Amino acid sequence: MTVPAPFYLALSAVLFTLGTVGVLARRSALIVFMSVELMLNAVNLTLVTFARLRGGVDGQVVVFFVLVVAAAEVVIGLAIIVNIFHTRETVDVDDVDLLRG
Amino acid sequence: MGGVLVEAVLFTITAVLGVAGGVGVIAARQPVHSALALLLVLMSLAVDYLLLDAQFIAVLQVIIYAGAIVVLFVFIIMLLRTAGEAPRPRAAPSMGFAAVLGTVMASALVAAATMARGPVAPVDAAYGTVQQVGRALFHAYALPFEAASIVLVAGMIGAVALGKRAHVVTAASGGAAEPTAARVAGTAGGTRR
Repeated sequence: MTVPAPFYLALSAVLFTLGTVGVLARRSALIVFMSVELMLNAVNLTLVTFARLRGGVDGQVVVFFVLVVAAAEVVIGLAIIVNIFHTRETVDVDDVDLLRG
Repeated sequence: MGGVLVEAVLFTITAVLGVAGGVGVIAARQPVHSALALLLVLMSLAVDYLLLDAQFIAVLQVIIYAGAIVVLFVFIIMLLRTAGEAPRPRAAPSMGFAAVLGTVMASALVAAATMARGPVAPVDAAYGTVQQVGRALFHAYALPFEAASIVLVAGMIGAVALGKRAHVVTAASGGAAEPTAARVAGTAGGTRR
């Protein structure tokens, strides 16, 4: 680990912020979803960095669980988006803002 | 000390590519361009994981994220065939709020990141290998590991249930082999409607 930890953490911070801005500013549900993935990956980078800093492997195990949850989340989320598209003909989050079918 | 220079150069390249990909995800007009930009970010992060001696996580990143999740995104984009977003932008307060929050958040997080000092623990060559992470996974984290399998099964069942819901009428008349054909027909019907 020759590159100091703050560089990795700063990269992670920038990626997390980009993901947040994407969730707030974009209207396509698909791109909002990809921005969430961006945020998850930024957190993963932080976990791996601190795991290396401490010399422990626990952070990497947590990253494994984040991967599992992300996979399940993508499967369910995309299925919901497909269903919404079939009933509403849109994936625009501004058009789907009522909590009823 | 050639290794030090190589690592610094590799990190610089992956950081630039990662940030460029992140901007691409949120700025691209077409969803498929966003997906490709996301792929760029994920591969850059996989290289970063290698630099941090996390080989197992780097491999998982490529297989699960780049190999499964991005492919799923591309499939869904093809299935939906949306012509990008309408030119109508999101409401101005939302964009302004996102810009202000993004600036504040990035500065705060980067400032916090620079405070992360401390000695780097020495590790041996076995650090971050499949053996070491697997041992932690099956001993100290055995219970969360089983819970993760339940999460995955719940995800699979949920996806099947959500996939069937929209085509109940067409799928009800078929046998075991019919739902696939019915589903294709239902998809085509859905886009024609």
